Amino acid sequence: MKFPSELKYTETDEWVLVEGNIAIIGLTDFAQDQLSDLVYFESLVEVGDVIEVETQLGTVESVKSAGDVLAPVSGEVIEINTDLEDEPEIVNADPYVDGWMFKIKMANSSELDDLMSADEYMEQCEE
Amino acid sequence: MSEKNIFELSVQGRTGVRYPDIDVPLTEYPQHLKRENLALPELSELDVVRHFSHLAKLNYSIDSGFYPLGSCTMKYNPKMNEQAARQPGFASTHPLQPIETTQGNLVLMYLLQEALKEISGFHSVSLQPAAGAQGEFVGVRIIRRYLQSIGEGHRDKILIPDSAHGTNPASASMNGLKAVQVPSDERGNIDLVALQNMIDNNVAGLMVTNPNTLGLFEENICEVTKIIHAAGGLVYGDGANMNALMGIAKPADLGIDVMHFNLHKTFSTPHGGGGPGSGPVGVIEKLAPFLPSPIVAIIEPGNDEYAPLYGFIEPEQSIGRVKAFHGQFGVLVRAFAYIDLLGSDGLRLAAEHAVLNANYLLAKLKDYYHVPYPRLCKHEFVVEGAWEEAPDIHALDISKRLMDYNFHPPTNYFPLIVHEALMIEPTETESKDTLDEFIEAMISIANEAHTRPELLHAAPATAPLRRLDELKAAKELTVCCTPIFNQDD
Amino acid sequence: MFIPHTTQERTDMLKAIGLEHVSDLFIDIPAEHRYPDIKLPKGISEMEVMDHIHELSSANESLEDLICFLGAGAYRHYIPAVVDGIIQDGSFYSAYTPYQPEISQGTLQAIYEYQSLIAALTGMEASNASHYDGATAAAEACILAYHQYRGKRTKFILSRNLHPHYQQVIRTYLEGFEDTNIVVVDGYALADFQAEIDNNTALVYVQYPDFLGKVIEFDDLVTMTHQAGALFAVSANPIALALLKSPAEFGADIVTGEGQPLGIPLSYGGPYLGFFATRKELIRKIAGRIVGETVDQDGKRGYVLTLTAREQHIRREKATSNICTNQGLIALAATVYLSALGKNGLIHVAESCYQKAHYAARQISQIPGYKVDTDELFFHEFVVSCPSPVREINEHLLSHQILGGLDLSSLYPDLKNPMLLAVTESNDKTQIDYLCEVLSEARHV
Repeated sequence: MKFPSELKYTETDEWVLVEGNIAIIGLTDFAQDQLSDLVYFESLVEVGDVIEVETQLGTVESVKSAGDVLAPVSGEVIEINTDLEDEPEIVNADPYVDGWMFKIKMANSSELDDLMSADEYMEQCEE
Repeated sequence: MSEKNIFELSVQGRTGVRYPDIDVPLTEYPQHLKRENLALPELSELDVVRHFSHLAKLNYSIDSGFYPLGSCTMKYNPKMNEQAARQPGFASTHPLQPIETTQGNLVLMYLLQEALKEISGFHSVSLQPAAGAQGEFVGVRIIRRYLQSIGEGHRDKILIPDSAHGTNPASASMNGLKAVQVPSDERGNIDLVALQNMIDNNVAGLMVTNPNTLGLFEENICEVTKIIHAAGGLVYGDGANMNALMGIAKPADLGIDVMHFNLHKTFSTPHGGGGPGSGPVGVIEKLAPFLPSPIVAIIEPGNDEYAPLYGFIEPEQSIGRVKAFHGQFGVLVRAFAYIDLLGSDGLRLAAEHAVLNANYLLAKLKDYYHVPYPRLCKHEFVVEGAWEEAPDIHALDISKRLMDYNFHPPTNYFPLIVHEALMIEPTETESKDTLDEFIEAMISIANEAHTRPELLHAAPATAPLRRLDELKAAKELTVCCTPIFNQDD
Repeated sequence: MFIPHTTQERTDMLKAIGLEHVSDLFIDIPAEHRYPDIKLPKGISEMEVMDHIHELSSANESLEDLICFLGAGAYRHYIPAVVDGIIQDGSFYSAYTPYQPEISQGTLQAIYEYQSLIAALTGMEASNASHYDGATAAAEACILAYHQYRGKRTKFILSRNLHPHYQQVIRTYLEGFEDTNIVVVDGYALADFQAEIDNNTALVYVQYPDFLGKVIEFDDLVTMTHQAGALFAVSANPIALALLKSPAEFGADIVTGEGQPLGIPLSYGGPYLGFFATRKELIRKIAGRIVGETVDQDGKRGYVLTLTAREQHIRREKATSNICTNQGLIALAATVYLSALGKNGLIHVAESCYQKAHYAARQISQIPGYKVDTDELFFHEFVVSCPSPVREINEHLLSHQILGGLDLSSLYPDLKNPMLLAVTESNDKTQIDYLCEVLSEARHV
């Protein structure tokens, strides 16, 4: 299982990649493994929506379980990975690159300080 | 080979039923509104009978064997019930007939309301809800409306134990309430300290299943209901597990304010492959004005000359209607017949033997399966379907292997607070012989899990089909067959 | 009877548990509430129960005794014997929800066939395994629309001629959703709908044929609804769909309805069957059970419950509905009915209903004092304007063993002595002529 060190993590299993003032968000390898094969991805927000921390951005479903994607940071939704609507299994195959879900233009980058490092997140997963 | 579907069996030009010719002068029908593409199959009556007989053989049912599906109360459904509901005097009555012509139906409904009141201790009962889930929805709505009526409409938090069935939180959110989870303690009871700490001015109430989904009686139920009442909330009881309590305890006596019954579980109306159910709701006196309408009452008292007249009334602050007409009447007839047959003594015996059977199974299986809450159970109990020494075996494998021993599996993966849960509910109608055979199978599977796990992984080997590909079903979403015949005629 | 234990077995079982008396099983119940007095009669024999049942059922005047012209959402149709013959099989009725597909293929395939038949009948692409009845199916359609727009569109526009019970159930269900607003539109003037349909509208709901029996062409209304970005739902009579243009053809997004006409006894209003079909894009938003086709490990075709991750047992408070079971056995009855009648049988039944209803309407309109509006197209139900209060006419009919139509005077105070009459294939010409004769007499009562 991979926990790339350049990413930030949430307690609810999202990862964040920061590129300037843009946060790219997806579900972690651990989350996709727990959910097993995804059959559905739905965005609950639209490009242009302004969202708060923990706003539900999207939802995913596998055969036997379902999960939410929550916003790790506040800001404006600028892009949604619509490829996942047709091929949610990308998240299983490549959770950190092709499986990205949302791009958010951050309103307050200090919110990143509340997120976990790879080591901290790995520790949480082991519990 | 798998059974063809009715569309594949279709042969153009066949029909299974002949109707009389139209015996009135004809009226023209506007051609531009005519249905062009009615792609229904065409079969003879025998085609239809054979097809469904073949399908019937692919089903496991109570009539064919032991069905210990936890929380579903799969007891035997007396054949008498079926005959009762099919009496033409019942089956051929229209729901909107004048009440003077349906006094038999109304008396039956009235008597059933009275019997359910007596069994549960509630002040009033409405028979209207169509199923347990709808009864739950109604119960929570009644709580909400009552609180609004006394100026406490701001209360929007409903406490639900972590062992609860998923319908509880779903029913709460359908009523605009926030579900807040209450933890269980190490005996499987609601954690009283945690409960106390969750109390504030926004608590609308608590939803409790008792016996709970671990099959355990909430030992502190009276304290729990007192805490909620003291906080200004109401207690909703999920009546799914009433089979353990008939004649043993009345929910209203324990401080429950509103509860639904599952007639298709407790009162032995058939489960029908997934419905129809029926979910009447009982309430204490102060909630009676909020019951869904209509309910049956005596609307003109009788005298020496005339029998009383029964009819429908609408409670004054009713939450409204939750289905068309008056409830699942055919199911009500079956429940009435069952209660009439068993009587007060028979209902108590049924509950006692349901609990006896469950505890007997528990006693015999506890050395082979880990029991997370080792104490007296009620009508069902939960074991773990996994062992440290057999790491690749899951509860699901045990369930599938049980099919090879000709048993229906228990409920899997519920309640969620037990790891690899297997929830077993034998019901009172099963004999000791059947239980002993089941015990033997369960012990044998426990041994196989340690010595020949491949048997479990490959199971079922003898069922009509082997394990099915659920991922393919969810991805492809083929939910209807494409009609493959005479599209163009 | 249903408790097979002998005294010896009971003793042995208690011993295995480590208890002496059965009552020891209940020591965890507060003593002051244990073993309460249940004031019900003691148990009796099956023979005696059936006597009670006969006594009650014969206290009714059923449609075995009365000639029925009452409909209003529940209809008397002939039910071929094959329907009950099959659903009385314990392999179907004593099974439960097919959680274990390997040993439930009978139920699963039957539901799959049911879904396919409903799709074929409505012209839609997806159907669920059924709802409790036509009213709750309508309410679930409103909730689907609410979630489709994530609560951002809160206005629901109902035709006044949607069954009044359905309107009431929709109100009860929607009450739990924040800020929802129900608007009822009288009649079908496009301008009246235009005034209401806006970008806050989630759903427009009509009935087809409507509560008064009328068949309306909805094409323009559908276009208007879709232009506003809202969904269009239709509550349809399934028998009528064999004769009428399908709701899919005029662009409906959701088709629901009461399945009772499809071989289900009237049974005083239940159990019935709510059917629910949509376009394929909405399939994931449908509440309730759905069966899908797949294969087993050997590649053999089979069926499973699918899309279960949307349901309450997984999503809990986030599920969009709390529905668990469907109306399994009733859906099976409808499946058998539709299979046995088939395409030609169902068309014949629909045509018989249409023809007999039109004959009845024509004959009644010729009786002095009675008026029938025959300008608009109707299917098998129509409103008769009577010369005196409907209650009085119906009393007279009943004294002649005729169950008259529904008295609409409180629901439609704008109409004059309105009676809603239904005629189906189960009525023959003699019955219709007799109805006219008694109606004619009733003028002078």
